[in-house]
Amino acid sequence: MSAFTIASIPREELLAPGHRMCQGCGAAIVMRHLLKALGKDIIIAHATGCVEVTTSLYPETAWRVPWIHVAFENAAAVASGIEAAVKALKRKGLMNPEKKVKVVAIGGDGGTVDIGLQALSGMLERGHNVLYVLYDNEAYMNTGIQRSGATPLYAWTTTTPAGKVWRGEWRRKKDIVGIVRAHGIPYVATVNFAYISDFYVKLRKASEIEGPTFIHAYAPCVPGWRYEPHLTVKIAKLAVQTGIWVNYEIDRGSFRVTTPVPKRLPVEEYLKTQGRFAHLMKEEVELIQKLVDEDVDYINKLAGSVVVGPVERK
Amino acid sequence: MGKVMPLSGNYAVAYAVKAVDVDVVAAYPITPQTAVVEKLAEFVANGELDAEFLHVESEHSALSAVVGASAAGARVFTATSAQGLLLMYEIMHIASSSRLPIVMGIATRAISAPINIWCDHSDFMAASDTGWIMFMALNAQEAHDLIIAAYRIAEDPRVSIPVAIGYDGFVVSHTLEPVDVIEKEEALEYAPKRVSRPTLDPDRPVTMGSLASPDWYFEFRVQLQDAIENSRETISEALREFKRRFGREYREVDDFYTDDADVVIVSMGSTTGTALVFIEEARRSGMKLGLLNIRLFRPFPEVEVVKYLENAKAVAVIDRAVNAGSSFVGPLYSDVVVSAFKKSLDIPIVNYVTGLGGRAVVKSHIEFIAKHAYSLVGKKMREVKKHYSFIGVRE
Repeated sequence: MSAFTIASIPREELLAPGHRMCQGCGAAIVMRHLLKALGKDIIIAHATGCVEVTTSLYPETAWRVPWIHVAFENAAAVASGIEAAVKALKRKGLMNPEKKVKVVAIGGDGGTVDIGLQALSGMLERGHNVLYVLYDNEAYMNTGIQRSGATPLYAWTTTTPAGKVWRGEWRRKKDIVGIVRAHGIPYVATVNFAYISDFYVKLRKASEIEGPTFIHAYAPCVPGWRYEPHLTVKIAKLAVQTGIWVNYEIDRGSFRVTTPVPKRLPVEEYLKTQGRFAHLMKEEVELIQKLVDEDVDYINKLAGSVVVGPVERK
Repeated sequence: MGKVMPLSGNYAVAYAVKAVDVDVVAAYPITPQTAVVEKLAEFVANGELDAEFLHVESEHSALSAVVGASAAGARVFTATSAQGLLLMYEIMHIASSSRLPIVMGIATRAISAPINIWCDHSDFMAASDTGWIMFMALNAQEAHDLIIAAYRIAEDPRVSIPVAIGYDGFVVSHTLEPVDVIEKEEALEYAPKRVSRPTLDPDRPVTMGSLASPDWYFEFRVQLQDAIENSRETISEALREFKRRFGREYREVDDFYTDDADVVIVSMGSTTGTALVFIEEARRSGMKLGLLNIRLFRPFPEVEVVKYLENAKAVAVIDRAVNAGSSFVGPLYSDVVVSAFKKSLDIPIVNYVTGLGGRAVVKSHIEFIAKHAYSLVGKKMREVKKHYSFIGVRE
């Protein structure tokens, strides 16, 4: 699988054109490649959110695979039920036991780290054979950019505005991967589509492993992060190059950084691309840098060597 | 015929679920429903029922999981009470509007606060606007039988609506009664598994749970209203066929002595039994009382109800729930009054709320209600000063 190249990306589009996601939408890129990576033999249970509303406007649909949306907080529970049904129907001879079906749950950050956290925990703990994909655009974008538990420090949102007293979000992003891995599931990974081969390899691995698996996908949001649509992939790349986002996997307990970054760029390079950080003062940027440095130290400790290097000033 | 066993209402429900060979069970424990789930777990653990049993982390997830399983083509079951039902409330609407043939048992119980685990109909009534077909069983046998009938009704392609079977918490759920248990073969002959709906299948991809704009949402909701209205015939047919096969007759409503009754008492659930005992005694002392038991609550059997109230001079509706601040107070009362008004029945129809939070409903309460309603005979509805009262409450 390490021989995966861009040429290996399937031609077939399972996300139909004509959906209503924004120009430059990070989540749209995640969905398109997620479907190409996983193929047709899947059933998707989708939480309420940006992608759900923009892809399923009746009487049209962008989904060329079986797809169900029920509510905001229960994608993991719905997926659990689908997986149980497939298992029971196969065992009882009511469905061809040879039939290939992988159940995939998809939720945004609000639907996963906030309102859907309980259902997610239940699904992971019960050991369902479900791949859960979190597309993280770091706020409630569908309702108009309200902060979620996944909003990063100092980010402007409509409910954490930068004013005379508030300086944007004042709490740190929730460590959802830490919470998920605490369930002892066989596979957890972070993905960033700016590193597309890594994205494909991980999605396919997560899909092939029997049992609950979890993918945390980085998904920039043009209107929510306040940048021009053509910058999506550039910003995604900067996230990795600055160490704000680290591509790694925990495969049956073994931790590995899959995109080593020998020399990091300062976080400022990332922050300055987005209007949500436009109000930041020097000291605030410095604090974010310090916290990212600490996170990188922790990652390197887990990796057992320096896979994400020090900041190199230009 | 199956064999007669001493079963509680909860166990009677579990035996019915086993008989119809469900594929997926998802449930969360709550008093007084818990024993259903325990018994089902035992059946699965012993290999008596081949089903996936989901130990979900909440009732919200219980109903969500069976929604997913039903959408994938499985025959499913869940059960709950009180707070659990309220936690499911959001998904109940989605289940009905998604037209999924889910069957649920509700061991009825009071709603917090104060927290109270005992019987009333607050939970059942709170679900009355969710678009589900709803029955209230009088006893364990009925709970058993109606669960089996529920699968036949829900999975009928003309219906395709979820069905809830209520049965009074503790009074029915925990009381042992002799129950004629229907065997799997007979149950499946009567209620064969029918998957006529589209399902989640990679070979035939469908999109379920779309976003519907103002251009389309209205039509979805109207279709549900039409479907539940049109389900009446299928329900009657299923109950007639049940009688033909198993010998036990269940109608939408049961009438007792209504032909010549001056006062008809309308009740639902275990109160009906208490009322019937009193009425039979009162009849011997010359009080011309009748009784109407509401078995089918949604769709509300208004034609049948009015038919048995037409000759009455006063009607007493007993509720075990309160819709505080409404124009009607008791939810069952509102359905009876509207049904009567539509047929221009201008007689006093009065509401008596009793038995909240498990307070026992006893014969003397029924006697008080009957006598009070009798005092209204000869009046018209607009001459009634007070349309509701609480019976059995501290002054």
